[in-house]
Amino acid sequence: MTQTNRLNGGQIDRNTSFSFKFDGRSYSAHPGDTLASALLANDVRLIGRSFKYHRPRGLLTAGSEEPNGMVELRTGALKEPNTRATTIEMFDGLEAKSQNRWPSLKFDALAVNDMFSNFLSAGFYYKTFMWPAAFWEKLYEPMIRRAAGLGSLSQEADPDEYDKGFRHCDLLIIGAGPAGLMAALTAGRAGADVILADEDFTLGGRLNSEAFALGDQSAQDWVAQAVAELSSLPNVRLMPRTTVIGAFDHGVYGAVERTGDHLATLPAGKPRQILWRIYTDKALLCAGATERPIAFENNDRPGIMMASALRTYANRFAATASQRVAIFTNNDDGHRTAADLHAKGVTITAVVDVREDAPTCYDYEVLKGAQVIDTKGRHGLTFVEVALTDGSTRTLECGALGVSGGWNPNVHMTCHQRGRPVWNDALAAFVPGENLPVGLSVAGAANGVMSTHGALQSGAESAANALELTGVLPDLPEAEDAPVSQTPFWYVEGCKRAWVDQQNDVTVKDVKLSYQEGFRSVEHLKRYTTLGMATDQGKTSNITGLAIMAEVTGKSIPEVGTTIFRPPYTPVPIGTFAGRMKGQEFHPTRLTPSHYWAKERGAVFVEVGNWLRAQWFPLPGETHWRQSVDREVRQTRASVGVCDCTTLGKIDVQGTDAAEFLNRIYANGFAKLAVGKTRYGLMLREDGMVMDDGTAARLAEDHFVVTTTTANAVSVYRHMEFARQCLYPDMDVQLISTTEAWAQYAVAGPNSRKLLQKIVDPEFDLSNDAFPFMACGNVTVCGGLRARLFRISFSGELAYEIAVPSRYGDALMQRLMAEGEEFDVTPYGTEALGVMRVEKGHAAGSELNGTTTALNLGLGKMVSKKKDSIGSVLSEREALVEPDVLRLVGIKPLQPEDKVTAGGHLMNPDGPIDAAHDQGYVTSAVYSPILNSNIGLGLVKNGAERLGEKMRLVSPLTDLTVEVELVSAHFVDPEGERLRA
Amino acid sequence: MIINHPLLGPRDASEFTYLGDASLIDRPDWQAENAAEAFYEYGYVRDNPAGEHQELWYHEAGDRSWLVVTRNTLTHEISKVELARDVARARGRSK
Amino acid sequence: MHDLVAITALGGTDPRVDTVGGVTCSEVPGVALASVAARMGQKDKTAASLAKLIDAPAPEIGRWAGTTISAYWAGPDQWMVEAPFDTHEELADQVQTATGNSASVTEQTDGWTRFDLNGDSIPAVLELLCQLDLRKMDPGSAARCSIHHIGCFVLCRAPDSFSIYGPRSSAGSLHHAIVTAMRSAL
Repeated sequence: MTQTNRLNGGQIDRNTSFSFKFDGRSYSAHPGDTLASALLANDVRLIGRSFKYHRPRGLLTAGSEEPNGMVELRTGALKEPNTRATTIEMFDGLEAKSQNRWPSLKFDALAVNDMFSNFLSAGFYYKTFMWPAAFWEKLYEPMIRRAAGLGSLSQEADPDEYDKGFRHCDLLIIGAGPAGLMAALTAGRAGADVILADEDFTLGGRLNSEAFALGDQSAQDWVAQAVAELSSLPNVRLMPRTTVIGAFDHGVYGAVERTGDHLATLPAGKPRQILWRIYTDKALLCAGATERPIAFENNDRPGIMMASALRTYANRFAATASQRVAIFTNNDDGHRTAADLHAKGVTITAVVDVREDAPTCYDYEVLKGAQVIDTKGRHGLTFVEVALTDGSTRTLECGALGVSGGWNPNVHMTCHQRGRPVWNDALAAFVPGENLPVGLSVAGAANGVMSTHGALQSGAESAANALELTGVLPDLPEAEDAPVSQTPFWYVEGCKRAWVDQQNDVTVKDVKLSYQEGFRSVEHLKRYTTLGMATDQGKTSNITGLAIMAEVTGKSIPEVGTTIFRPPYTPVPIGTFAGRMKGQEFHPTRLTPSHYWAKERGAVFVEVGNWLRAQWFPLPGETHWRQSVDREVRQTRASVGVCDCTTLGKIDVQGTDAAEFLNRIYANGFAKLAVGKTRYGLMLREDGMVMDDGTAARLAEDHFVVTTTTANAVSVYRHMEFARQCLYPDMDVQLISTTEAWAQYAVAGPNSRKLLQKIVDPEFDLSNDAFPFMACGNVTVCGGLRARLFRISFSGELAYEIAVPSRYGDALMQRLMAEGEEFDVTPYGTEALGVMRVEKGHAAGSELNGTTTALNLGLGKMVSKKKDSIGSVLSEREALVEPDVLRLVGIKPLQPEDKVTAGGHLMNPDGPIDAAHDQGYVTSAVYSPILNSNIGLGLVKNGAERLGEKMRLVSPLTDLTVEVELVSAHFVDPEGERLRA
Repeated sequence: MIINHPLLGPRDASEFTYLGDASLIDRPDWQAENAAEAFYEYGYVRDNPAGEHQELWYHEAGDRSWLVVTRNTLTHEISKVELARDVARARGRSK
Repeated sequence: MHDLVAITALGGTDPRVDTVGGVTCSEVPGVALASVAARMGQKDKTAASLAKLIDAPAPEIGRWAGTTISAYWAGPDQWMVEAPFDTHEELADQVQTATGNSASVTEQTDGWTRFDLNGDSIPAVLELLCQLDLRKMDPGSAARCSIHHIGCFVLCRAPDSFSIYGPRSSAGSLHHAIVTAMRSAL
């Protein structure tokens, strides 16, 4: 294809040609093009179909404010829908497709919607699909979703990688147009750390689009020189292709850098985009302004564009939408577009200016006091109809119409912390108000300073003010300084199907309808018509909508008010927010010291918080997890088993007040615990509920090691620091986590002592007398390695926990297995651990569920009344100590094979099954290979007094009713003889 | 948000864990006549000011200091950050 | 002498080394650690003992200092002492002896894993990993931070040399994060 609408000049590299595809057809382009400019150069004006009415649409703008020109970019899993053609940087081999059309862009079956437009006006959904309710989900919504809408998803996982990053600076400059560049030069030369971010791939902003000079240079040469100087400054970081998406509290800005979007394929390991969090005390918004349209009948045909966009395409990209262009304007800037296009050899059919006193031009016709009243052209503009000042009409033949209704400062970011813009009469536009995010100031056109000279000056001054620079400001190049000359003009009288918001298909008529139906406040208008609620947040439409509402209500625009913007400035892919935190890397994974050994042994792992723990260790021939778990339990209870319990939180507590500190933290007493002894500890929350449990081992008078449950390790540590710093600030106590410094293994079972005697060095006497139940102490193992030994038991067996520095954990596990061979030792996982603790009646996570008290768990006597401890006062509350409060019991089905379901509720043998008759619930359920029965633990009203009672265990969800008996929670060794053996 | 840590300077709020009202420092006397009532108020009754609020933040991904942060709930402006230990002592807490 | 063989935090017998674009990330198992927390009111005494031990003034907030034995600030009145593992495996005992009853000392050697980054443009890697203001990370800096939700210490040894300490159990995730950032940034 020849690029028939390619002009001369521009910032494209004509020495290189790219090939790209749009809707399957091949075209050529040059580096420096966007997809939009390349399509125009190739005489493609029709880009897509509109959201609701499926009207043919083309490009409206040349920037990120584009409401219409959205495509599906790339193919397969890389497909990205709703991508603005105006911001897609061209690369060789680019593929894009039009969207929201079927079967093809030129013939779209749902264009029939346009004929039924009377039925699809504002509020249509609310009115039509009210009733019957059931139809909504099944019929209306799927139908609407198919018809209305945007591009389609690939339905595949996004294969690209995204990064997150963090940068700090003294001054963040948002936008690299004349104001931003001048601000960066000012701050950069003064030595400040500057980040200059711009969404475009070429810095320069509006200066890239203009034909005028700065001093004795072209605007583009001045930009190139400024960028070269900034690049040479080590304290200035230039970030092109970076959109600052939001201004957050205390000088935190979000920015999306598109590091890979302009590449055909990403290099290995490189991210497609980076979400930067930029920390800065000062930021300067130099986001420029956006030209606004004028609404007139059929103003949405492909070829009808913003005048400034036509100028950008011509000057920067050397492309035009047509060789015959008309302009419709209410201000002098429209004339600048006409002049620039004319200079590029494009025929200007006429400039239609609503002002009677519009400037005259001798190169082409200016129709003063005229208005565009209608347009023609099915798939692209062919004619416009103009009402002249004398009342007659005239038809102009043109393939493109540039519309200029004046300029709106880009105040978006100033609203992110609920700042409201204020109306400026001279500009007939909203400008940033007083209430800006702290540290943010605004310069250039974004602040309503519309001339180039003004922008340069305001950029330099604002940067100097923000950084409190003293001294002479840099010299400014001589630049145009034209005053804003316009007559506010929003829409052509009498028009109906005149589009205000092209992305959401909102017309002038819809805005008026909203008024008629009583939705008159700006917030109601927005929600009723969906004006400004599309992905462009109404950058080209909001003000026009407000102006129309102002007129029909007889109010001024500032009286009607304005909606404010929220982050992000432009849409951001979800993957960018996720960054690397996906799949396996969604959270960090913690591995136990025996992990590599367990993995080699074929262990099955389970996630416990961030930890991966061995769940069971299948042996050859074991095909069901129960076989492995039952065996591990039997082997442990019959002889000896080893379990990695490193994941339990371990907190080193030292200081002369350490014992007293633990007295406050735990409900039971620790002051009198002897050195060399361990005690079970119950920790309450201040509201009297159980927070956690564990053990505290006293290694010295002023030194304890406290254990927590795996799940609560972090929160218990936080709680203890709270008590230490906020409640008892003068206690001499120091805390530090030692959880993973030590590989800690439970060695349990009747032969555990014998096994450990082979590991622990012989000078340490492990006999029952020398090292009784609940003893603890420092020992050495395997010929001198420092270790800690605790005689504590979770399984109910004779048991120890042995700890060595983590790096030796792998070797110790192997040694335990080797030395234990003669005892038929088995490693056991979390399942067997769970079975044994239920058999023993130990409360664990399912029982410590945040709603249970010590009394509930049968541990009421542990709460000491003789001392102050966290939670003791409120644990006495009336409702918590009533006679029929829930108590922990064992649950045994009358038929051993009957399933006990955790979460199932207990009902009396007779009577109704409902909440009013609920007697309690099952917290844990396992199969006990020792009792050859399913068993459970549960909380039952006054359960401790009801042992032996028969009850019904019901689970209405799973349609289960099982007859059970309440028994002691201590199924195994109720007298505790084994663990003291 | 940024919290200006008294020892470490400005740090991102994501490094901190929020607990709540700094009145949690003022734990009642367990032996007082009205201890039950006092603990009920301590545990459950909170002011919800539209404006300045003293609250407890824990520098979990940092130096493990508990801080008392004075934050305006309307504007998020943080006007003061103190070590909670100092505040606790100033409020008469000791051992 | 015991006969148990240590493995590194990443599970190897030898430390892992990765090089991307001029930056090398090395797993450093050969370091012994002990935390020192001053007892109530004993800060000066502890700092003085520590200074003697590391042959440098006890590091101020956010700093590290020392020679063969060095220390970094870990929290209010709290430091982490580091020394070569081969010669100081029982560092905690040594530190306790040095500080006497002025401080609480806890062995931390295997609570942590260390990765050293060496090469130019390390800040380009670190800015993808942590929120620290790297402009302030001059030689002598030591800061706690969060890397991919893993609580870490970052120490600047020299402009082209940094150490990262992370919890030993998360060594795999931390290593993955560092090497991924190296591939992304370099």
